[in-house]
Amino acid sequence: MDGLLFGAAMKRILREYLGFLVMLGVCLVVLKFSPTLGRRVFQIAFRNVLFMLSVIPPIFILVGLFDVWVPKEKVMKHLGDTSGFVGTAISLALGAFTAGPLYAAFPVAEVLLKKGVSLKNVWIFLGAWSTMKIPLLLFELQNLGALFALTRYGMSFLGVLGIAWVLERVIDPEEKRLIRLPFTEEWKKTKESDIMGKQVL
Amino acid sequence: MSDLSTYLLYAFALAWFFFSLARDRKKTEQALRRAWRSFLGILPPFAFLILLLSLVVVFLPQEAIARFLGEKSGFLGYFIASIVGAVTLIPGFVALPMAKLLLEHGAGVAQMAVFISTLMMVGVVTAPLEARYFRFRATLWRNLLAYFYSFLVGYAVWMAFFLVRR
Repeated sequence: MDGLLFGAAMKRILREYLGFLVMLGVCLVVLKFSPTLGRRVFQIAFRNVLFMLSVIPPIFILVGLFDVWVPKEKVMKHLGDTSGFVGTAISLALGAFTAGPLYAAFPVAEVLLKKGVSLKNVWIFLGAWSTMKIPLLLFELQNLGALFALTRYGMSFLGVLGIAWVLERVIDPEEKRLIRLPFTEEWKKTKESDIMGKQVL
Repeated sequence: MSDLSTYLLYAFALAWFFFSLARDRKKTEQALRRAWRSFLGILPPFAFLILLLSLVVVFLPQEAIARFLGEKSGFLGYFIASIVGAVTLIPGFVALPMAKLLLEHGAGVAQMAVFISTLMMVGVVTAPLEARYFRFRATLWRNLLAYFYSFLVGYAVWMAFFLVRR
């Protein structure tokens, strides 16, 4: 049983690293046929891995600590009944401080919609999540320098607000209602009665 | 500059870590476990892309990278950078070292800013998922707006470097 589990875990790890292993194979072939070029490939890769390993530990430790000490749920609790400037600021902060890829943001957006947060603020949250993450800003500062990172961050801030502002205006009220509909109480009730109806039949 | 910010980060992370350890041992362990998991999560694509890019920069001469993604690559460079950014799903922690490596080998800052911005804000692959929450029309609008805005970001970064270099 344990062996089976171990085998499954190994298979998963192997699949995750398949691309890397193929690349490693290619690099080794290069090294075999052209030691000069091959050595340069490994030198460049090694230098970059070393750089990454030297700058990333504090960032990830901060992400972990933040996740544990400031849970998302706590922040979201305050979001439902705030609007205007405060709501926008909290939406921005919620997106910027939590960790995760964009597809992980949608379930959080769903919670926000259920709590009645305005669509504009949900779009701001999505924008901040996608491009204003603080851990990534720190990493960008180290990789690409302050001028690059801060200019891009400032532009992202304006862009996130601007895009939400435009969306608020180009999406008509009917479409907005349709977006909100699945996240409202009435919808849940009609769904439930649907299911009950089928059970009766 | 980057050295200083790295030291500051280490100092800040360590300070918080010891504070956290003193307050709650269990929570601290949990935080470290999460940190380690996040790291393991980006390791496979990072290892793959660093090797791939090392191959690319060794085999493509600097002039070729400059022609396609360099300062003077013009519309073509922006176009390539924006399409690659919009279509691919590369984690930010992998994309930033990638951009650094390309910058060191002939790519332009504006092109890299466009690449990073479209990568983070535009999601062609995630669009179906996004549409499940926000429906088709809003998803299309958001991605289009983000796509075109990314060129403005590239322009701003180019401008910033232009002004500082002068």
